[in-house]
Amino acid sequence: MDYKTVLTTCTYCGCGCNMYLEVMDGRITGTIPCKTSPINEGKLCIKGWNVHEFVQSPKRLTRPMLRKNGDLTEVTWDEALDFTASRIKSIKEKHGNDSIAFLTSAKVTNEENFLLQKFARAAVGTNNIDHCARL
Amino acid sequence: MAGLAAAFGSGAMTNSVAELEDSDCIFITGSNTTSSHPLVAMRINRAVQKGAKLIVADPRNIQIAEMADIRVHQNLGTDVALLNGIMNVIIRNNQHDLKFVESRTEGFEAFKKVIDHYTPEKASEITGVSPENIIRIAECFGSAKKGSIVYCMGITQHTSGVDNVKSLANLAMLTGNIGRSSTGVNPLRGQNNVQGACDMGGLPNVYPGYQAVNGPAIREKFESAWNAELSEKPGLTIPDMLKGLDTGSVKALYVVGENPMLSDPDTVHVEKALKAAELLVVQDIFMTPTAQLAHVVLPGASFAEKEGTFTNTERRVLRVRRAIDPVGDSRTDWQIIQDLSNRFGFQMDYDSPEDIMKEISDVTPSYGGITYKRLSGDGLQWPCPNLDHPGTQFLHKDKFTRGKGVFHAIEHKPPAEVVDDDFPLWMTTGRVYAHYHTGTMTRVSPSLDEEIKEGYLEIHPEDAKNIGVGLGDMIRIISRRGSITARTLITDRVRPGLVFMPFHFVECPANVLTNPAFDPVVKIPEYKVCAVKLEKVSYN
Repeated sequence: MDYKTVLTTCTYCGCGCNMYLEVMDGRITGTIPCKTSPINEGKLCIKGWNVHEFVQSPKRLTRPMLRKNGDLTEVTWDEALDFTASRIKSIKEKHGNDSIAFLTSAKVTNEENFLLQKFARAAVGTNNIDHCARL
Repeated sequence: MAGLAAAFGSGAMTNSVAELEDSDCIFITGSNTTSSHPLVAMRINRAVQKGAKLIVADPRNIQIAEMADIRVHQNLGTDVALLNGIMNVIIRNNQHDLKFVESRTEGFEAFKKVIDHYTPEKASEITGVSPENIIRIAECFGSAKKGSIVYCMGITQHTSGVDNVKSLANLAMLTGNIGRSSTGVNPLRGQNNVQGACDMGGLPNVYPGYQAVNGPAIREKFESAWNAELSEKPGLTIPDMLKGLDTGSVKALYVVGENPMLSDPDTVHVEKALKAAELLVVQDIFMTPTAQLAHVVLPGASFAEKEGTFTNTERRVLRVRRAIDPVGDSRTDWQIIQDLSNRFGFQMDYDSPEDIMKEISDVTPSYGGITYKRLSGDGLQWPCPNLDHPGTQFLHKDKFTRGKGVFHAIEHKPPAEVVDDDFPLWMTTGRVYAHYHTGTMTRVSPSLDEEIKEGYLEIHPEDAKNIGVGLGDMIRIISRRGSITARTLITDRVRPGLVFMPFHFVECPANVLTNPAFDPVVKIPEYKVCAVKLEKVSYN
């Protein structure tokens, strides 16, 4: 039996509550609010208390998919990423840098947001990047 | 955020959440705080217990209004008129902070000229709030020593969103309630890392740290940091991307962790635009309605499966840590982007998120002092320009980011769509306590699903009686964009003539109805106001 707790930050609203995820044998079994957090001081809302549930939902996507003959079909990472890279490249060559647009996410980390806007700006050469801050 | 940037020079929550506890007057408008930001509501609750006055102005009788000293329900889309009326009384009563206005701000005279027209009587005519209540709010907030303003999407999701925010900035400057602890203008960010996505340059006009893409010196800095040629032309916002897909100027859309099929207004049009894409790539953790339309679906990892940082609503950079491995064959999002970039021919070789943060702090002045080592405790609030800087609890202490604060003279403008004979009811949208955004996470969470299983329409008993529907009956809701059906929730939380729908539910997607008319400056759509009519659904 392998049990640990991992201190992290809730992924729901903008409060940024700190919590420990309880992990037993590689599965998250629950959350414990962090008492020393300057935000939540040992409290959580109903969404925070249950934040581990969606993580292990059987509905999670687990394999890359490509549309083939009209249907999304499971493929390898190599096939999915090679296809995406070559399509972006050919659209860029044919229609120009600004024919490609990116929506980044208020759900992923700062580092991931940074990387996607860098890919858009430095690799593809467009400032067409936005996210639902206005939504 | 553009409203605050124009007034103060920095588009972020000015103060910190914990400071709310020590305010002596809190003015909440357009924020259903207990539902959407429960742990902020906790601080407000404590402030009230310590004797703070609470003012709540919201079209609906939301939960936090129950403990307010003054609560008013303004008509939809009339926030500028309400705020101007309040400021009219504050000036008339000489409750404004003339010393602060003279030493720290500019534009007061032109602003005052407009405000002088907004007598409580005139403001009352527009807002539906009585002149007496406007005067009470003015006297209450005007006499506060530490007044805090708290707002959320009820202020920004309007065609007048920027004007609304500037008006709140006016109120804070007029009363000198900014640049000190337990004061300020405090937008609550709806998503865990909206602040971070903005900070990291996930916007079409700025690089990380709000450095303008059309500034030559800044562009050169990034060109040399990234060893690439960069475009000086600001990019497209979401509404313009969708329009571009529609007209053919945009051919490819790469979507990470967003669900415009449910989150954007006028769903019918969004679907048409997304289907027009030659290439639609969706990187997400669930098969969202947007992913169902994609040519490529890439399984990303959830927050529990990755290392990194989020920046919360009070500008606090906080660590995210990996608890479990990515499920199945999914991968962390930074690894997907890096792998794609390398296949595309632009080399990236970061060995960890910490490695990426090193580059972020190099090119982003406000994150200059942020390292993973320093984030091990309570996190750090930006601006944090260097390794010795302790972070910044509240902004604009001795001077505003832009130097002087700017008063904006703003007139009331009605919303883009108003009720008429064909569409006689006002409709507004929002969140419920157990669910979150488009529901992709909360609705697969058994405990949260158990709380609220389906969408509904809040309707006042009088309107329900007129249409002849009972509690829980199915009803058709029709706007100029489309129609959906939902069950009724008959409640006096809404007033007669106003209905409300949460937008989390794919079975009754409120954004089929909402109006894509947007604010001319920031392009935020008017989710909070549209006109609808209702029809009884018969099952014959």
